[in-house]
Amino acid sequence: MTTAREVAIVAFAQSDHRRRTDDLSEVEMVMPVLHEVQRQTGLKASDIGFTCSGSSDYLAGRAFSFTMALDGVGAWPPISESHVETDGAWALYEAWVKLLTGEADTALVYSYGKSSPGSARDVLTRQLDPYYLAPLWPDSVALAALQAQALVDAGDTDEPALAAIAARSREDARTNPHAQLAGARPQGGYAVQPLRTGDCPPIGDGAAAVILAAGDRARELCARPAWIRGMDHRIEAHSLGVRDLTDSPSTRLAAERAGAFERPVDTAELHAPFTSQEVVLRKALGLDDSVRINPSGGALAANPVMAAGLIRLGEAAARIHRGESDRALAHATSGPCLQQNLVAVLEGEPRG
Amino acid sequence: MAKEPVAIVGIGQTKHVAARRDVSIAGLVREAALRALADAELTWADIDAVVIGKAPDFFEGVMMPELYLADALGAVGKPMLRVHTAGSVGGSTALVAANLVSARVHRTVLTLAFEKQSESNAMWGLSLPVPFQQPLLAGAGGFFAPHVRAYMRRTGAPDTIGSLVAYKDRRNALKNPYAHLHEHDLTLEKVQASPMLWDPIRYSETCPSSDGACAMILTDRAGADRAPRPPAWVHGGAMRSEPTLFAGKDFVSPRAGRDCAADVYRQAGITDPRRQIDAVEMYVPFSWYEPMWLENLGFAEEGEGWKLTEAGVTELDGDLPVNPSGGVLSTNPIGASGMIRFAEAALQVRGDAGAHQVEGARRALGHAYGGGAQFFSMWLVGDTPPTG
Repeated sequence: MTTAREVAIVAFAQSDHRRRTDDLSEVEMVMPVLHEVQRQTGLKASDIGFTCSGSSDYLAGRAFSFTMALDGVGAWPPISESHVETDGAWALYEAWVKLLTGEADTALVYSYGKSSPGSARDVLTRQLDPYYLAPLWPDSVALAALQAQALVDAGDTDEPALAAIAARSREDARTNPHAQLAGARPQGGYAVQPLRTGDCPPIGDGAAAVILAAGDRARELCARPAWIRGMDHRIEAHSLGVRDLTDSPSTRLAAERAGAFERPVDTAELHAPFTSQEVVLRKALGLDDSVRINPSGGALAANPVMAAGLIRLGEAAARIHRGESDRALAHATSGPCLQQNLVAVLEGEPRG
Repeated sequence: MAKEPVAIVGIGQTKHVAARRDVSIAGLVREAALRALADAELTWADIDAVVIGKAPDFFEGVMMPELYLADALGAVGKPMLRVHTAGSVGGSTALVAANLVSARVHRTVLTLAFEKQSESNAMWGLSLPVPFQQPLLAGAGGFFAPHVRAYMRRTGAPDTIGSLVAYKDRRNALKNPYAHLHEHDLTLEKVQASPMLWDPIRYSETCPSSDGACAMILTDRAGADRAPRPPAWVHGGAMRSEPTLFAGKDFVSPRAGRDCAADVYRQAGITDPRRQIDAVEMYVPFSWYEPMWLENLGFAEEGEGWKLTEAGVTELDGDLPVNPSGGVLSTNPIGASGMIRFAEAALQVRGDAGAHQVEGARRALGHAYGGGAQFFSMWLVGDTPPTG
């Protein structure tokens, strides 16, 4: 896809993801990452043209939970600001569109989630069809297990292959200082067959922030901006009964619209909270072994709900910033069994 | 880089009522979307993306309902984006959708906002106690009443102004077939005799709890050329936010509201809003917010807003009609209320507002606010494409 304006991720920060953060409010969790991306760019809140955040009231257990986080942004004098009730990856998408209109040159995107105050598995059942499905309380692990079993039945994977994905992810997480689970871990017993504990993401709290900038402003703020060459997201039917759980046509379509298939990528940060979902995504995206998958450890190493997708975009961009990647794919997901998927293609300028 | 002009070619609302027990949430939103498609003479296949908004998920007890609503809104295989900016969300949602068109990311976008308040209880949805934060245990009215009192003290407005607004909006609602409250026997005396809820806000000066949805089809210039009826055009749109609580915050006239209006007027070339704008759909959930916002939006000098209301300027046949549709005071599906303001402004400049049409309206303002009077979204629409 061609866009009217060049926009790049120029800064990224994330918290250390932890099983519990009883000692921190949401604002206290968000503030350090906001300060970090501002430090990286030298921008103050009042310098930023547009701000957008992602979070969920259901995690916080109360209505309008994002309003208090906004107080931490320092929205005074008043700022141009918006919020998505979704993973922060979609907040980044909204901010990207805003920059494409030309109405702003820079944007701050942040998101956060605290799963620890409640039971994440129970809470996530509340996002299912409220009349037919939610009353049965099918939890997120059980639904992912349905998907995993469909993959096993189709011959797309088996338990040893899933275990290898878990091991690789957590081994890679050793170099990620923010990861919640890093290093060798037992695969454990079945959580819900065929998924073992090791196939499932940790439950944790965390936050992330990104700064976007357009054109020359991006070059001023970052030595090697991660240019967003394309970004798209697509949703599928909600009901699992009408979807082929072994495939992700929405991911494939989003990737195609984002230009992911025009040239090979060297890195892919995939938002796959369950090992089996990496199998689905690799197939949909046509990623072979030449592509470095989730060098950060991915969502299997840290999965702060509502921030984990934004972190994929940030991790991919940071690799470009550091010169470790020239063309990276970043993916985020929302909804049960990969219902909604976002794909962005990021590139660094050619190195001479 | 010139932005793509944005046209509103389809508008659909449900008949707003206290409880739509005959439809699910999906059935409710689909009804509004189908009406907007019919108005634009388009089908689901013509829609490139869906942008949906509503106020807190606790109001229905469904987390991220857009996931479940994808099928009902024809979004399968398409991008679907969910916006949530508290009470201003209906307006913000429309602006996010408009940006998709103006940035040329998509050509034709369905935007929709809803609330099905009967599925739960909004008062208690807003009243969960949170440690170390100001409790909102009496719902929104308890939060806003002291700010109304501050306005009265600051401006010396007589205590009859609020009832004039309520009486006006409820009479306007009688001309709007989609409005929730149709109180045929209402009199000014009945408004003034209604029970005091949160002093100085009386029962008849508060918004109802409604089930309802509002949808719009936004498109580019080429889409507007194919539209069956004259479209409304976006001339300016903006959002502004400020913190909920801090020393120095002016709850009577928040700076975010003033800044937001100023940005919209700058984009639209408005230098004298009182004279250049023909109709206003203003977010007035408690009657006293009409005079307050008249000042905040630059239609009156500070301390003078209530005088416009008292003089009848804001009546349907007045010089500056405010809420010809009956407004939030007559219809309040919270998440949709902002979008209804935006859509009603568009209906006015299309000349399509039926019995509550402001004659000759060419420029109209849609306004929404939310949170602790901290989130603002507005657009100004006109009957001709923007120039430049």
